[in-house]
Amino acid sequence: MNIVVLVKQVPDSGTQRSLDPSDNTVARAGADNVINEIDEYAIEEALQVKQAQGGEVTILTVGPASATDAIRKALSMGADKAVHVTDDAIHGSCAIQTSAILAAALQQLDYDLVLMGATSTDGQVAVMPALLSERLGIPQLSGAQKLTVEGSTVKVERQTDGGFWALEAPLPAIVSTWDTINEPRYPSFKGIMAAKKKPVTTMSLADLGIDPSTVGLATATSAVVDVTGRPPKGEGVKVTDEGDGAQKLVGYLVEQKLV
Amino acid sequence: MAEVLVLVELNPADGTVRKGTLEALTAARALGEVSAVVAGGPGVAAGARDRLAEYGAAKVYVAESPEIDEYLVAPKAEVLAQLVAQVSPAAVVIPSSPEGREVAGRLALKTGSGFLTDVTEIAPDGTATQVVFAGAQIVHSKVTVGTPIYTLRGNSVTPEPAPAAGEQVPVEVSLSEQAKQTRVVDKVVEQKSNRPELTEAAIVVSGGRGVASAENFSIIEGLADSLGAAVGASRAAVDSGFYPHSFQVGQTGKTVSPTLYIAVGISGAIQHRAGMQTSKTIVAVNKDPEAPIFELADFGVVGDLFQVVPAATEQIASRRG
Repeated sequence: MNIVVLVKQVPDSGTQRSLDPSDNTVARAGADNVINEIDEYAIEEALQVKQAQGGEVTILTVGPASATDAIRKALSMGADKAVHVTDDAIHGSCAIQTSAILAAALQQLDYDLVLMGATSTDGQVAVMPALLSERLGIPQLSGAQKLTVEGSTVKVERQTDGGFWALEAPLPAIVSTWDTINEPRYPSFKGIMAAKKKPVTTMSLADLGIDPSTVGLATATSAVVDVTGRPPKGEGVKVTDEGDGAQKLVGYLVEQKLV
Repeated sequence: MAEVLVLVELNPADGTVRKGTLEALTAARALGEVSAVVAGGPGVAAGARDRLAEYGAAKVYVAESPEIDEYLVAPKAEVLAQLVAQVSPAAVVIPSSPEGREVAGRLALKTGSGFLTDVTEIAPDGTATQVVFAGAQIVHSKVTVGTPIYTLRGNSVTPEPAPAAGEQVPVEVSLSEQAKQTRVVDKVVEQKSNRPELTEAAIVVSGGRGVASAENFSIIEGLADSLGAAVGASRAAVDSGFYPHSFQVGQTGKTVSPTLYIAVGISGAIQHRAGMQTSKTIVAVNKDPEAPIFELADFGVVGDLFQVVPAATEQIASRRG
């Protein structure tokens, strides 16, 4: 069972983030860049499937040279190797262009299962499983809270409002995971040391046979017209409860015609 | 006048048209004459047509086949792609649910188009508004390639009736083998609730770490029920096992934009704010006067939630008689 896990490096969602005013792309320079949190659950799931079934776990990431930090973290959790697609021409690519790059890289890899986090904390577009399924012609099982592989069939519980859908598809397949699926391990000291020696293959667009003019900001399928800071909210009212907090709260709701 | 396609989402329980669809019909009118697209199992459109006409659908395309419900996402994208090829619409507008976004992405690839997700507004020239990075910035964007495809964030637009003909147009469904790969074997409902759906609700009451236990969430539910509201939870509350993940509001959960959001025992970390910052009115109850949630709150009560919330619930219930 060979598994490829897609990993994305994003600006830390716990910090103030912004768009780069020069070209309206996500400001990554100067930001505290970390592995997209939900991807850690996908890595953990891949490691658990490997534990049960054998095989190899490969990390695949598209991103600037600095994305090696995210790759090392993934390797230190226990993944076997990594492929890092990096090329200056990729900067500013939209989801559709990124999916073309990921699909081309996946076609060069040997996989039975492709795993990824259900969303990224920067773009929050959450469509990559659908785009890759469309491009590669293999099934999409997105939003998993549970994953099982039985022979050549993958079964997923797709989280829904107040329940789940039981999905089933033949391998190879693409699965995205929520943070309800497992509890990711912390890298051990041994894992961190071992990660330094694990192979990381760097690939350019040329290596993937992609024409650089088809990706990047200039030919993205959507363009930012302008960006503005959200107007700050007016100063709110803050009261301290002295036995009358509930009354004041309800009074406010009544005054605002909210009840 | 240009035609604009709107993909219809129905309530799984009773087959009625979801509020997000009425919002999409309303927003789509800025771009042209609206046609609704109903794709689902046999008979699914019957209960929806009148409502769609009431909210501006001049045409209702009806694509019915058992296979549409048997397989995940891909069949709906194929039906829409077929219609896009047939009628060359000015745009496609889809409610921004997980399925809606996935349909949008697939449709974009099938039709060689660009797409924008989670937009809060669409201008007549096709420029869409998105609120990014936990609500910190407002971005205006345009699709530059093909037929613009938008997914519309729930509660961003107020549904307005605009009665139209609602002429039913049957659509021949013939799915490719590729659309029939991921089988939906079962749809399991674990929590039956009479409360409104989180992303659709006009009022949301959320509890956080301060609620302190799963049992205590009955306090949050009590306030929610007195207001006819949905219940939400912060990540801290979900991670502590107080409430299920499908009710989580924030970066790794749902994004909500209700008229009134009441945050109880929630400190207001960026992860949470990302999911609720565009709410119209925000009320917070927290015992820590320095909690960042108060920076967002239009009205804040510094106090013990176990005192304030039950008392407020009682007062609201008695007002409502």
